[in-house]
Amino acid sequence: MSSTSLSGWGRTNASVVTLRTPRNEEDILNEFSAGTRLIARGLGRSYGDAAQLSGGVVLDNRELDGIGPISADGVVTVGAGVSIDELLAVSMPQGWFVPVTPGTRQVTMGGAIAADVHGKNHHVDGSIANHVLSMRLVTPIGAFTLSPTNESDLFWATMGAMGLTGVVTSITLQMLAIETNQMLVDTDRHGDLESVMAAMSDGDAEYRYSVAWVDCMTRGAHMGRAILTRGDHATAADVKKVALKGPRKAKLSIPFQAPRGLLNQWTVRAFNELWFRSAPRHEEEENQSLSSFFYPLDGVGQWNLLYGKRGFVQYQFCVPDQMGDTVVDVIKRLSESRVASFLAVLKRFGPANPSPLSFPLSGWTLALDLPIGSDALPSVLDDLDELVAVATGRVYFAKDARLRADQVRAMYPRLDEFQKVKSRVDPNDQLTSDLARRLDLVGK
Amino acid sequence: MENAFGQPQNVVIFGGSSDIARAITKKLCAARAHTVILAGRSQDLLHAAALEAQEYGATKTDTVLFDATDPSNAELTVSEAFEKVGDQIDLVIIAVGLLGKQMDDQDSASASADLITVNVTWPVAALAEIRGRLIDQGSGRILVMSSVAAIRVRENAYLYCGAKAALDRVCVGLAQSLEDTGVKLQLLRPAFVRTKMTVGAAEPPFTTGANEVAENVMRGLASNDDVIWSPPILRYVSFIIRHLPTPIWRKVANR
Repeated sequence: MSSTSLSGWGRTNASVVTLRTPRNEEDILNEFSAGTRLIARGLGRSYGDAAQLSGGVVLDNRELDGIGPISADGVVTVGAGVSIDELLAVSMPQGWFVPVTPGTRQVTMGGAIAADVHGKNHHVDGSIANHVLSMRLVTPIGAFTLSPTNESDLFWATMGAMGLTGVVTSITLQMLAIETNQMLVDTDRHGDLESVMAAMSDGDAEYRYSVAWVDCMTRGAHMGRAILTRGDHATAADVKKVALKGPRKAKLSIPFQAPRGLLNQWTVRAFNELWFRSAPRHEEEENQSLSSFFYPLDGVGQWNLLYGKRGFVQYQFCVPDQMGDTVVDVIKRLSESRVASFLAVLKRFGPANPSPLSFPLSGWTLALDLPIGSDALPSVLDDLDELVAVATGRVYFAKDARLRADQVRAMYPRLDEFQKVKSRVDPNDQLTSDLARRLDLVGK
Repeated sequence: MENAFGQPQNVVIFGGSSDIARAITKKLCAARAHTVILAGRSQDLLHAAALEAQEYGATKTDTVLFDATDPSNAELTVSEAFEKVGDQIDLVIIAVGLLGKQMDDQDSASASADLITVNVTWPVAALAEIRGRLIDQGSGRILVMSSVAAIRVRENAYLYCGAKAALDRVCVGLAQSLEDTGVKLQLLRPAFVRTKMTVGAAEPPFTTGANEVAENVMRGLASNDDVIWSPPILRYVSFIIRHLPTPIWRKVANR
């Protein structure tokens, strides 16, 4: 038995678990019939405690690594342990991009399903679930082939459920056709939050991809100043030289844990200032590589070590369209509390999908990286939860490491519906995680 | 489960009716703690502390009675308290302690022995049991009430200081033995604290109230520091205390 200490990308609350590496569905079924309590794990990019189970078994799914042929219409079946990075290395030279990608390529497809990941195109294309044609799920009562039409309740209950309905082993995905590995990007600097939100409300529909980087530390008239970047894939006609190559590997890596307090309100403020000033005021149809547009942080390996021994938390919430004021209130509260927060990511979400636990709902989402160390941070975030819950919004499980259990029911009103489906396929609550226990998502 | 700030949901406190323990319990309950098991020697005091925990948000409280002058009950006391939680235990606090009266105790074999038993032997026996149980869980945190008195023994309180020093050193080693087990032990080293245990005593420098200690504990849980000092400046002051030449130390300490 090998005991391993695991934590999420935020490097907080580590747990010691027994790690096992299944090679096929049979291996997973055997775990279930032995009565094992377990959770699946991919590349550990959830920020909190979603992919760990202290004292239990964690299935490292990286060996479920097959990538099938890509059909003429862009359909591919991949193992749950395949990362977006590995898939793109194969698919991009053939002219196919993933239909939805989070801000890092270093997530597995299984993890992408567990979090029902979204990207800069959610307002147009929805989350990853909207592009999954079918998938295999191994549960304590057997293996299923799920699709929106076959066992649809289990299919949707699995999306965004952080691995708590079973272990996904393979996914059949509809890819997106691209002609080049370039993007055409429009950039605008906005001096305050109101202006960038108005621009996004009015103009996002014209772009497939849209995201704003917001400075949450500047107070006063320029509170929430932002850089808005929007674009789409460049066609062959748009570029001088057509190239289709997979993204390059990270060249830089943070070699060791940073000393305590490297990221504090002054250094972060200075960084935010530089970032804001380095963006053009207004730029149209700029050619950018796909990597720098989608994965700016993937250029630096292990960047989470910058936050030092104490680690960091990410806070991401969404609120419905008509509750845009909540975004303003949150940024106001943060900037007043002087909690250090890196450039936050602001996005618009399109309609939610039928999943009971999927995070996105039509409206606004804001994500923030916050170093642990400020005394005010725990209570500031508790206050933000209240604002978000009152606005009928929610916090993203994949990022969470500190939410109150009693807020979950308000934020995810369809939790009962999910639990009903889960107890059908997992009658003895074998599928659980530290996150599930902390937030009372399932039986203890 | 505890969260990213080290805030626990399920807590067991030995010596749960002491003023410092109660101040910490209140803060823990106001954060995330919902299950609190309080162990101590007085049912009345424990009951009052449990009601206080509920006022601050605990939804499940229970009490366990034990006598810290008898280390043979430590194992049983720990298992009884753990069973009452009925779930994973996130934080165990050892706040068992006896200040004693140096002048009365130093010439009494039984009083001297009791002081060592309550401050060292019982906690160390309990920690042996707690350690194993938390390692089996794969996660958990232990907070042990040491004292700044453990840094250097004063002749006018050598029994208490010496006892705290013994507990403190045992725990330093214990904490290191827990590396990579998912379990963490943190030492709390407060300066003199105004409580019912110290009422009437002269207040030395760096004296604080129990609430301030509790605030520093909350900060310490988030920081994961091996030692939580209260007030925090003691981290540096203790360095001086440790290195003062003995003649000077005796003058300072006996003032």
